[in-house]
Amino acid sequence: MLAATTGLLAIRTTRNPMSVDKDTVNKIAKLSRIAISDEEAEKMVGELNGILAWVEQLGEVDCSGVEPMTAVIPNHLRLRDDVVTDGDVRERVLANAPAREGSFFGVPKVIE
Amino acid sequence: MSEYRIQGITGEWEVVIGLEVHAQVTSNAKLFSGASAAYGGEPNSHVSLVDAAMPGMLPVPNRECIRQAVRTGMAINAQINKWSRFDRKNYFYADLPQGYQISQLYHPIVGEGEIEVILDEKDANSPRKTIGIERIHVEQDAGKLMHDQHPTMSYVDLNRSGVALMEIVSRPDMRSPAEAGAYVKKLRSILRYVGSCDGNMEEGSMRADVNVSVRKPGEEFGTRTETKNVNSIRFVMQAIEVEARRQVDLIEDGGTVVQETRLFDPNKLETRSMRSKEDAHDYRYFPDPDLLPLELDDAFLEECRASLPELPDAKRARYEAMGLTAYNAAVLTAEAETAFWFEDLLAERVDPKQGSNWLLSELFGALNRLGKSLEESPVNPKQAAELLGLVADGTISGSISKQVFEIMLETGQGAAAIVEEKGLKQTSDTGAIEAEIAKIIAANEDKVAEYRSGKDKLFGFFVGQTMKAMGGKANPGVVNELLKKALDQ
Amino acid sequence: MTDLTKLGVAAIRTGVASGEFNAVEVAEAFNANVAAAKALNAFIVETPEKAIEAAQAVDADRAAGNPLGKMAGVPIGMKDLFCTEGVQTTAASHILEGFVPTYESTVSANLWKAGAGMLGKLNMDQFAMGSSNETSYFGNVISPWRRGGGDNAALAPGGSSGGSSSAIAARLCPAATGTDTGGSIRQPAAFVGISGIKPTYGRCSRWGVVAFASSLDQAGPMSRDVRDCAIMLEAMAGFDPKDSTSLDLPVPEWEAGLNSDLRGKKVGIPKEYRLDGIDEDIAAMWDNGIAWLKDAGAEIVDISLPHTKYALPAYYIIAPAEASSNLARYDGVRYGLRDLPDGAGLQDMYAATRAAGFGAEVRRRIMIGTYVLSAGFYDAYYTQAQKVRALIARDFEAAWAQCDLILAPTAPSAAFGLGEKTSDPLAMYLNDVFAVPASLAGLPAMSVPGGLDKQGLPLGLQIVGKALDEQGVLNAGLAIEERAGFTAEAEKWW
Ligand SMILES: [Mg+2]
Ligand SMILES: [Zn+2]
Repeated sequence: MLAATTGLLAIRTTRNPMSVDKDTVNKIAKLSRIAISDEEAEKMVGELNGILAWVEQLGEVDCSGVEPMTAVIPNHLRLRDDVVTDGDVRERVLANAPAREGSFFGVPKVIE
Repeated sequence: MSEYRIQGITGEWEVVIGLEVHAQVTSNAKLFSGASAAYGGEPNSHVSLVDAAMPGMLPVPNRECIRQAVRTGMAINAQINKWSRFDRKNYFYADLPQGYQISQLYHPIVGEGEIEVILDEKDANSPRKTIGIERIHVEQDAGKLMHDQHPTMSYVDLNRSGVALMEIVSRPDMRSPAEAGAYVKKLRSILRYVGSCDGNMEEGSMRADVNVSVRKPGEEFGTRTETKNVNSIRFVMQAIEVEARRQVDLIEDGGTVVQETRLFDPNKLETRSMRSKEDAHDYRYFPDPDLLPLELDDAFLEECRASLPELPDAKRARYEAMGLTAYNAAVLTAEAETAFWFEDLLAERVDPKQGSNWLLSELFGALNRLGKSLEESPVNPKQAAELLGLVADGTISGSISKQVFEIMLETGQGAAAIVEEKGLKQTSDTGAIEAEIAKIIAANEDKVAEYRSGKDKLFGFFVGQTMKAMGGKANPGVVNELLKKALDQ
Repeated sequence: MTDLTKLGVAAIRTGVASGEFNAVEVAEAFNANVAAAKALNAFIVETPEKAIEAAQAVDADRAAGNPLGKMAGVPIGMKDLFCTEGVQTTAASHILEGFVPTYESTVSANLWKAGAGMLGKLNMDQFAMGSSNETSYFGNVISPWRRGGGDNAALAPGGSSGGSSSAIAARLCPAATGTDTGGSIRQPAAFVGISGIKPTYGRCSRWGVVAFASSLDQAGPMSRDVRDCAIMLEAMAGFDPKDSTSLDLPVPEWEAGLNSDLRGKKVGIPKEYRLDGIDEDIAAMWDNGIAWLKDAGAEIVDISLPHTKYALPAYYIIAPAEASSNLARYDGVRYGLRDLPDGAGLQDMYAATRAAGFGAEVRRRIMIGTYVLSAGFYDAYYTQAQKVRALIARDFEAAWAQCDLILAPTAPSAAFGLGEKTSDPLAMYLNDVFAVPASLAGLPAMSVPGGLDKQGLPLGLQIVGKALDEQGVLNAGLAIEERAGFTAEAEKWW
């Protein structure tokens, strides 16, 4: 289906110089804190490589002297006054806790 | 400035130290939310929906936190960056609700600066050294985990989550535990002068990540370890000592130092690897898309500069020029509270020398006895000035002033009122003094004879007797004069 | 009596204000349509009682002679990306199933203040990631439209605001909120023959809207016509001190400013959007659009947006990167799903929770985002993408020297069948090829119906304007609407 389209809709299928393998997928999954099965990792190798190969066409754009975009619309960061206007809402903070322990959130014991 | 060397089997080793100090910015509200930044509080009470990272919550920066970071940067003569921005440092931990810390990596608000440290503040001849500051950036504090409340669970309290911190990163310029200690002390002093951090290490307002490596003197830097969250000056020094020793022993044993984060155990006096944080090393920093770049205008910077107080180094120099001893000038300026107290005393027109001597001996002595800090002093500068004024104008003697001061400490009464009430006014009435002297000479003929035959030292005895007879209220100058006249005739 | 559900926002507001009918009657009529349309799966949660409550308040205000808000008596659908106090908000994800916010998003609060009522929370692509509404944990939304000639294949309503588009097209609500990160208002609007506008980035507060990609996300209205969009956008927009990227500007009176006379306006036609393989129906509709705008008095000029080709790849770096970080908060600690396998530690709990809670597309995008931000790749991917983004914004800046508005198709095709593109993520991404450039540049952009294709399915025309020129966009939309005469409706089968 994709081969039929050209121009804007074309997907470059040039070799991906930063090709992702299964180990990399597992590493990314770990960094992302997403458990992943072997088959899923296998499948993800193809998908990620496809997407990465496609986005790598950005490398052909000459960006010398171009600053990365920092603000979409010209606008300035506003600062707020140093006044306590919030907090003291413990019940609202804890209302959806999956494991509330008194006034705390509970998590599996962390050994430091 | 100091030749600190670790003796190994293979020879001498030098330690190289850099510190990352996290200082809590003094503010009412948190860095990006309107919740209170106050220490303590019921668990999860100083928490807004923003701090708990509820879906759709957004950060809005607190101007005061930015201002304090800028003022701090100015106080260490640092480059202030008019254009900076916030980045996200991504990692997963239960004390980090957003899953990222909003910090500044690529464009910190404060660039390079420096701090001059003196190894021994109280020694005018103590060597000085300039420690480079690489940067100061502003970032969020994390929440707190409690591990001892439940057999299988840790508890999360987000009260600290989102409180503003300044991370002050030094260059690896320190070469001994003492230098590192002096640096933290001086830094804390500056922060307190500026008012940007209360420097309270017990409450965690200041803590240091200690980067330590060792090398043979003159060789390349070795691999460093980072000992996290050391929370007192003493511990900073101890942690360096034991970590440097560990590295030397390890290397001499044929091992290699691994770049890692470690933990200092003050009870066992050792550092340990923090395995739990081991695999969290790809922080994927990128600019926080919820926040625009932070742009500071000239008016803002001007206000920051104008609001800076006189800093410790300048103050010390000025005190010395006023005629105070180098020791007094150093001690008075080392801590902001002392300096501010002394300034208040000077504002009451107290003579600088008289005031500084009294403050450092009498007041500090009394506070020591009472176990109180200067902030808790029962006598304020205005009251102290009243007391010192009575001494200066001859109304009371120095020794009576001590008595009056004791009563002031006990009762909180004013000095003049005490003197009045207890009739402690000093007398220069020569008739009354001469009458007492005559009685003493009559009662101590043997001693008079001894004195006259050359035992000069006995003069003190007669002064004492006279003062005692006068109830301590006689003007010591007049007593001296009249005694001399009576004894030497 | 007329079928109240045939009415749009303006008509309902006017009817309620004049007493022709009351707000409760309107709410009841739409509640009934919602209840009868389960087959479309447009809603995740229905809140008929909320709609009635709001209507009662409006009726009481009217009876008391109190002034009525801009949206008084209008029941609407709320995309499930907006946090609604006391009503489950999920972003169509299992990971937020059961999450009941204790707060109300600024945009939804603005709407309630204006007198609107809530019919329910609309289904969508999970975390707004998708262009077909096939990534929702709560099942696909079905478009009310079908291809002609007895083809009963279920069609995609577009995405990610597919619950919104489907519900409006099926007259389950006269209008709904949408959000647009890379076309998520415009593309679904185009797929079902309705209107939708994404305003300038910063017009609508993002506070309380579940974040997908912060630098792109922007809320906007979806409704049956341009006037209704103008009314609703006025109610939604406005400065919000709780959102640092919110624009501190007064909200223009867009409805009052509507004017389809385009004399003196120049409309640019970007040559890069004229693809070699472009669908002929799309090309024909675009030509019609050009003719209509000329007829309205506009001058048509050819323009070039040379970096258009790179918009989509840049978007598929920037949006996943931001998303990978924005979605880190879904960790099973403070709200939402927690999956705690036996003996699992904290980090295992995170991994299990997020694997179970996020759908496949969300997981895929988080992984892409994590990868492009990871050590050694950040500059090659993310920094480069942000530079290209700056160039894309510059393209538009340069274009504004030649024209006031840009006209293009909204999407490269009409609605496709459910399941037709799910096997290839890239093929799905390409659906937003025309929509994404305006998103990257933060510009206001609108889709209005442009006609039907040969299969009898709606097609959308897109108008892009300068930053803050929503009025220009709406006016051009109105000019097209008046000339397109688009009255087609999906035949009721549900
Ligand atoms: Mg550190
Ligand atoms: Zn830090």
